[in-house]
Amino acid sequence: MRCLRKAITIAWKDVLSEMRTKETISSVLVFTLLVIVTFNFAFNTGQEVMNLVAPGILWVTFAFAGVLSLNRAFILEKEENCLEGLMVCPVSRETIYVGKMLGSLLFMLVIEAIALPIFALLFNLAVLSLQLMVITFLTTIGFAAVGTLFSALAVNTRAREMILPILFLPIVAPIIISAVSASGLALSGEDWGGLASSLGIIVAFDVIFLVMSYLVFTFVIEE
Amino acid sequence: MKSKILLGMSLVLMIVSLYLVFIYVPTEESMGIVQRIFYLMVPMGWLTLLAFLVVFISSILYLAQKESRWDILAYSSAEVGFVFTTLAIITGSIWAKPIWEVWWTWDPRLTATLVLWFIYAAYFVVRSFAAEESQGARLAAVVGIIGFVDIPIIAMATTLWKGLHPPLIIFQEGGIAPEMLLTLLVSIAAFTVFYFVLLRQQVLMKNDESKLRILKTYDS
Repeated sequence: MRCLRKAITIAWKDVLSEMRTKETISSVLVFTLLVIVTFNFAFNTGQEVMNLVAPGILWVTFAFAGVLSLNRAFILEKEENCLEGLMVCPVSRETIYVGKMLGSLLFMLVIEAIALPIFALLFNLAVLSLQLMVITFLTTIGFAAVGTLFSALAVNTRAREMILPILFLPIVAPIIISAVSASGLALSGEDWGGLASSLGIIVAFDVIFLVMSYLVFTFVIEE
Repeated sequence: MKSKILLGMSLVLMIVSLYLVFIYVPTEESMGIVQRIFYLMVPMGWLTLLAFLVVFISSILYLAQKESRWDILAYSSAEVGFVFTTLAIITGSIWAKPIWEVWWTWDPRLTATLVLWFIYAAYFVVRSFAAEESQGARLAAVVGIIGFVDIPIIAMATTLWKGLHPPLIIFQEGGIAPEMLLTLLVSIAAFTVFYFVLLRQQVLMKNDESKLRILKTYDS
């Protein structure tokens, strides 16, 4: 339990620094809205087609916004040598992983919570269903689990943040696929049974990659 | 000596499998001659997975023991595997054109192979963009491990995704004819041995490269 408290402290540090500058949330939020609007220009068609492509647009938007906010997770640490500071603290590397992951998860959830109603507004869709919120929550956990690991990996290379999408997008492709199909079913009014298999894949992904990233994280940030 | 045996075995198996694929096996009735690409495509797909499995195991061993020979093995297997993945996608595409009139179809297997191709590509990108060799090896090992663990999930997700649409590949019902099975198995065996030949080549080359690097530092 003490490990969890230490992790929450690390996450809280990120939240505090973000609340003071508000740089990440504001820029990622504007980016998200711009992507949604740009997609609307790309698919300039009637409502029926919009209903078909809406889940895809939603999840592409969240994937790209996720990459943007995950990048931030470790870039600031690297710039101010905070990462070395964190490693010198009496916390295990795994606790650092959990803390950073919780922080990134919170950021992405906040951005999604603001973006979803606006998405509903722009696309005339009932996205505020419980099903869609559960799908979004579970998929974001998967994004945060893998993204935190890869963000730490990316900042240790020469190309920094440009590597993150190359690493991140192929690995989360299966949960994007599952989230899009589950969202499509949820938007067309399907009940929980129909979503079960897609949700199962997302949950399996979350569990497997939370464990794997937890185990492997120490190799990524050691000198 | 070992390399000669391996090379000889590979040559023999390849010639036998060529004979089987082009002369022995009867032509399949619904797809015609083009179906013979199947005997090339399945070994490619299998080798993609085998190569990645080798990357996975060597990456784990490298992170556990920090010995460079595991890293060399992982790197070599990734190189050979990447080539085979590319060929799997190309042969799959060539098969698709005469059968379904399209160069590409988002069929589960092709899609999964494409995602795997990108994971392999990420492996090499991380290696080349790392600040130094040892860090590149370490980070690439992490990518190798995470990437391999993702493969079953990718397979499940792509199969489920396309399960919502009518299936595009309709394989022979009632199992596979014995001649075809034999040809397929010999093909797989031939390519597996070939994989080990190529893997060995790469590993030896990298060993020589590292020896050369050590000699160069003595020189300067």
